[in-house]
Amino acid sequence: MQYMLLVYWTEAEHAAASDGQKAESFAAYTAYAEVLRQSGALVTSAGLQPSSTATVVRAPDSRPALWDGPYVESKEQLGGYFVIDVPDLDAAIAWAVRCPGAQRYAVEVRPLMVY
Amino acid sequence: MSGRDHDSAVDITEAVTRRSYGKLVAILAARTGDVAGAEDALSDAFTSALVDWPRSGLPQNPEAWLLSAARRKQIDTGRHSKVSTAATDHLQLMADELQSMANDRQPISDERLALMFACAHPAIEPGIRAPLILQTILGFNAQTIGSAFLVAPATMGARLSRAKNKIRAAGIPLRVPDRADLPERLADVLGAIYGAYAYGWSDPAGIDGSVRNLAEEAIWLGRLITKVLPREPEALGLLALMLYSQSRLNARRDRQGEFIPLAEQKVTEWNKTMIVEAEGLLLSASTLGAFGRYQLEAAIQSAHIAGRRGGATDWPAIERFYDALCAITDSPVTSINRAIAIAETRGASEGLAAMPVPLAGDRLNEYQPYWAARAELLIRLCDFDAAKEAYGRAIGLEADPSVRRFLQTKKANLERRADSHSRRSFSLRAFDRIE
Repeated sequence: MQYMLLVYWTEAEHAAASDGQKAESFAAYTAYAEVLRQSGALVTSAGLQPSSTATVVRAPDSRPALWDGPYVESKEQLGGYFVIDVPDLDAAIAWAVRCPGAQRYAVEVRPLMVY
Repeated sequence: MSGRDHDSAVDITEAVTRRSYGKLVAILAARTGDVAGAEDALSDAFTSALVDWPRSGLPQNPEAWLLSAARRKQIDTGRHSKVSTAATDHLQLMADELQSMANDRQPISDERLALMFACAHPAIEPGIRAPLILQTILGFNAQTIGSAFLVAPATMGARLSRAKNKIRAAGIPLRVPDRADLPERLADVLGAIYGAYAYGWSDPAGIDGSVRNLAEEAIWLGRLITKVLPREPEALGLLALMLYSQSRLNARRDRQGEFIPLAEQKVTEWNKTMIVEAEGLLLSASTLGAFGRYQLEAAIQSAHIAGRRGGATDWPAIERFYDALCAITDSPVTSINRAIAIAETRGASEGLAAMPVPLAGDRLNEYQPYWAARAELLIRLCDFDAAKEAYGRAIGLEADPSVRRFLQTKKANLERRADSHSRRSFSLRAFDRIE
């Protein structure tokens, strides 16, 4: 089954972090993604730019109505995701536990739809 | 076929379906992870059986019959819902399995434990885990579960389907978890089994057919768990606890079906084999080094039974067990029992002082044993008016007619005693005056 691990984080905290801390965090995610790849579980992954760069689009009557900012304003925002392919929820949770984001913030595990 | 034969065939069909329900749901859901789909398929198979069995006679292997009928239904459903190739392969696999089962009639495997652990998965909302186990394993409907857990049936139904959907959609595995995850999830599984046992025990007269074998089913599940996990002390403790209670099943009613309290039961009518087994289980559990609520409750039962079988009841030990239980469970029911033990060790007035005090709107106000226990302690303190009032409330709250009659007799005796007591105190006063 495929699952998306949605990694939430506090953007303000990250912005305030020192260069050393940022480098450490980046290294931790790189190592995590690499292990995922080696295990054969990784389907795809990406980090997201801060929510201040987000634009929400609504198009009632096909006419775009834009909103500057993320869909939900909150302290914790989606910071990135991993899509993994594993046998079941227990395996997905085991990977989520190892994610640097879970130790510091929160990771949501969501199964992908099967078409 | 005569009408009577037809009726008995229907009865047999219903008995088989009730007995086999959880076993068949667990097998049907094992590969698909789709509990609701398994239940639907099984329900269709039951409907077919109700038509077919009274006409063609009971099949040699009724469970295999139901299983193959339900499998066919699952395959049909799969075809109609335009599923992916992977799922089609999967269904083909099931069909092959079905074929082999029909041919060599091997005994049906038991996947119930795996299903129970899926229901108690940490990704499932904690409050719905026990109800979910009761529904999927024992076939309780939302109405019955709702009343047992004091939740509106519609709400309970919605929460149960959401949980089943999550098991399927989120890919919660149907298997006994690894050692590391076991303790947390075992607690929920044991809690659900105990809930089922308590519910079955509450219908001693066997009036309610759907509840009738529940206590036995719960013991069966308890045995299953100890067989798979023989070194889990709380699993052993729970089985011991259920066996201690069950050993007194026949002794707690007389021939007329009237309620007999523990203190007045005939010890010879207790099931000795069960008591011996329970003692053995409790002993094994105690060597495994983790004391929990089921072992404590079993130890209390053991002390009561030992007290009745010879020698005196060890009330100080019982009080200590309840102290330990109160520290774990924080339940008013435990506090009531602890207060009763204190009344034995330190006197009725300390016992009464240790009783929990319900606030307005507290559910404890509607808990029959609370009022009955209060009444007992008040009698010992010679506060007969308050005792009568407490009995009155207990009587008003009791649903079991036999227990109600028992309480009414107690109250009537009390009224007689209160009369003679007041006459005695009157005559004493009269005597004083003469003095």
